[in-house]
Amino acid sequence: MFIVKFVFLHFVCLLQREREMALRNIMGKRVRIGLMGRRLLSTATCDVESGNSKSINLYSAINQALHVALETDPRAFVFGEDVSFGGVFRCTTGLADRFGKARVFNTPLCEQGIVGFGIGLAAMGNRAIAEIQFADYIYPAFDQIVNEAAKFRYRSGNQFNCGGLTIRAPYGAVGHGGHYHSQSPEAFFCHVPGIKVVIPRSPRQAKGLLLSCIRDPNPVVFFEPKWLYRLAVEEVPEHDYMLPLSEAEVIRQGSDITLVGWGAQLSIMEQACIEAEKDGISCELVDLKTLIPWDKETVEASVRKTGRVLISHEAPVTGGFGGEISASIVESCFLRLEAPVARVCGLDTPFPLVFEPFYMPTKNKILDAIKATVNY
Amino acid sequence: MANWVRISSRSIGNHIRKRMNQGFIGSAVDINKSSGSSSALHGGRTVCDRNRRYLNSLPWNRATLFWFQRFKSTVAEKQQDSFLSSDTDDDQLSLDFPGGKVSYTSDMNFISESSQTRVPCYRVLDDDGELIKDTDFQQVSKEAAVKMYSKMVNLQIMDTIFYEAQRQGRISFYLTSAGEEAINIASAAALTEQDIILPQYREPGVLLWRGFTLQEFADQCFGNKADYGKGRQMPIHYGSKKHNFFTISSPIATQLPQAAGIAYSLKMDNKKACVVSYIGDGGTSEGDFHAGLNFAAVMEAPVIFFCRNNGWAISTNVWEQFRSDGIVVKGRAYGIRSIRVDGNDALAVYTAVSAAREMAVNEQRPILIEALTYRVGHHSTSDDSTKYRQSDEIVYWKNARNPVNRFRNWVQSNGWWSDQQETQLRSSVRKQLLEAIQVAEKTEKPPLSEMFTDVYDYPPPNLEEQEKHLRETISRHPADYPSDIPV
Repeated sequence: MFIVKFVFLHFVCLLQREREMALRNIMGKRVRIGLMGRRLLSTATCDVESGNSKSINLYSAINQALHVALETDPRAFVFGEDVSFGGVFRCTTGLADRFGKARVFNTPLCEQGIVGFGIGLAAMGNRAIAEIQFADYIYPAFDQIVNEAAKFRYRSGNQFNCGGLTIRAPYGAVGHGGHYHSQSPEAFFCHVPGIKVVIPRSPRQAKGLLLSCIRDPNPVVFFEPKWLYRLAVEEVPEHDYMLPLSEAEVIRQGSDITLVGWGAQLSIMEQACIEAEKDGISCELVDLKTLIPWDKETVEASVRKTGRVLISHEAPVTGGFGGEISASIVESCFLRLEAPVARVCGLDTPFPLVFEPFYMPTKNKILDAIKATVNY
Repeated sequence: MANWVRISSRSIGNHIRKRMNQGFIGSAVDINKSSGSSSALHGGRTVCDRNRRYLNSLPWNRATLFWFQRFKSTVAEKQQDSFLSSDTDDDQLSLDFPGGKVSYTSDMNFISESSQTRVPCYRVLDDDGELIKDTDFQQVSKEAAVKMYSKMVNLQIMDTIFYEAQRQGRISFYLTSAGEEAINIASAAALTEQDIILPQYREPGVLLWRGFTLQEFADQCFGNKADYGKGRQMPIHYGSKKHNFFTISSPIATQLPQAAGIAYSLKMDNKKACVVSYIGDGGTSEGDFHAGLNFAAVMEAPVIFFCRNNGWAISTNVWEQFRSDGIVVKGRAYGIRSIRVDGNDALAVYTAVSAAREMAVNEQRPILIEALTYRVGHHSTSDDSTKYRQSDEIVYWKNARNPVNRFRNWVQSNGWWSDQQETQLRSSVRKQLLEAIQVAEKTEKPPLSEMFTDVYDYPPPNLEEQEKHLRETISRHPADYPSDIPV
């Protein structure tokens, strides 16, 4: 038993170290805004590079974005369970002190109430920034999100809308989260016309994307990779800036295979790309950023260049968003494809505790799939 | 030993207190007054604190009185205080816990699942529409009363004709508010235009009161291009921004937590307005009812939660819906002031909503109103309620307990209405409705492009692509598609 435990811990450490190394690689990159033509949906972007930057982690970047949001819009509110003292992940630190309890407040423990209340606030023209403590607990609010928020504008003939609503929730594996602190539920929401789903990969991305989400005139679900809250550290500009929604970004240029992912998984994929490079495989890595509406153009352009595609996400493979990307790519790029679309994802089990290292789409699983695809 | 000492010191304390009560100190203290009243909610300060203050003002101090006990007893001073400050009734002893002080008792008593009597129902008019003696109500002017009555008639006729239109296959669906005309109109009449309405779906009378025209109703039911909803939803899913009436959605009770958010916004903007959100008896079983009321209470939001308890949720009667004394008793569970009213009594509804509105706006708090009524009609055109209830029950409520007739009697008895006006009104409304339906039927449907707009603020690329592809398909197979929708 002791040996098993030791081995397990060793694996967990390896996994963590792998992720940490992966992060260090990905964070050093300069941000390049996607250049794939006119976008109808995006909110205006600011020049990310100008002004002062500071090295901060993900929860601090989110915190900065929230400070900016509340500072620049007197009708912005932040609310949810435990947000007043700073939140269980410290994302809302200092907000209540600075902006007052009328604008930053705790809600009762009731996700359907949090989102319903947020819809009401947003319907009156306010920016309602709701926090769901863990994405695993978002389901009681599913009816409000799907049947109400997503359809609010459409069903009213545009007389009403709740575009000012942004729902933030930490998602994803954390090493020890088990069933109810590790879930990636993005696929459920990607099936809902009328909302947007956005997932940042790093602190700098998170601040810019979150501000865009808050200011976007559509209800948005913003999933924050909790694994990266402390672990990811990056130079983040101190000023107010926004990054465009529905624009994917090629974060690593390559020519042999396109890898598509989002959130924390990108850092693992980056590791795999670096190792594949040693074997002479040139990988192009694309961060989707916005899952719906997603930037097909950028992904298709990349696939037309490489002829191969691999999608990776933590969520279970069956019914995961990778399936949508795969089907869409096959429809548009069938003749260009040199190999079947590969998916390296979580397994079809509830997210396990001790078996997490086996469940996860690891660097080596991705590397194996890259090689298999390239050698098809 | 200590026990004996304690008992005797308690009786000494009692003796002193009795003397005080007889006017020894000069002020009256009603020690026997139970702290079970609502003032106990404020931490039971009243009786205990007053007693303590008097005792502290006595010429001797407590310590000397019980000096002989102190050497022997391990009783904490706090507990000693309580011997002095309360009478023999154990209920006066209190504990500190998160949430405030609460008195404790050594008697184990479960609070009964229901009180001895049901919460009484406020009414102003008797079944014949005559004012009940010495009743307390908000007076309405002749003009207001006539308008209220006319709108109730409007609603009745509108329901009848649209229902028939569905039966004739001219519209796809309809649901009536038969039996609930007083709730619809009287509640609306007690509000201002700035108050925001979040309906369930059986409150079109509120829109009618606010000036939504029969044509506008018909347009929505036919889903034509004049429909503000652009033909996207089933009939009766009205919405009107200019009337502060949020668009109806079919899911039950989802509007309740939204009402709390909207009310919070009004509060933040310092508006002298409130939100009124309607729900049926069935809807109170939904989680969103709990969420909405709890949030409104905690946020101190000015919402009036108006529950139309009409006895039926499709085929489910209230006995199968809940085991509480209706909905009014649930208000207290959330710390919300509540009232039960006779929903078929227009004046009672009017008075209660007026009072509720004042409290909601001036005190910035939620209010719960349970209006008892009866759903005379079927749930909708997809329902035949004779399958689950007796026809004579329906007929009884339709005739003997009709809210429209009842109010008419009161209005007529004031000399404000006549049979002649009645006939004129009914035929005029009927005529207008039939015309409105004819016009609505002939009006073009919204163009196909409206299927793709408003999903987001602007259509994203995937929708543009789908529209393009669809149009190609339509040009290849026009027979597959309805001809009345301009492509």
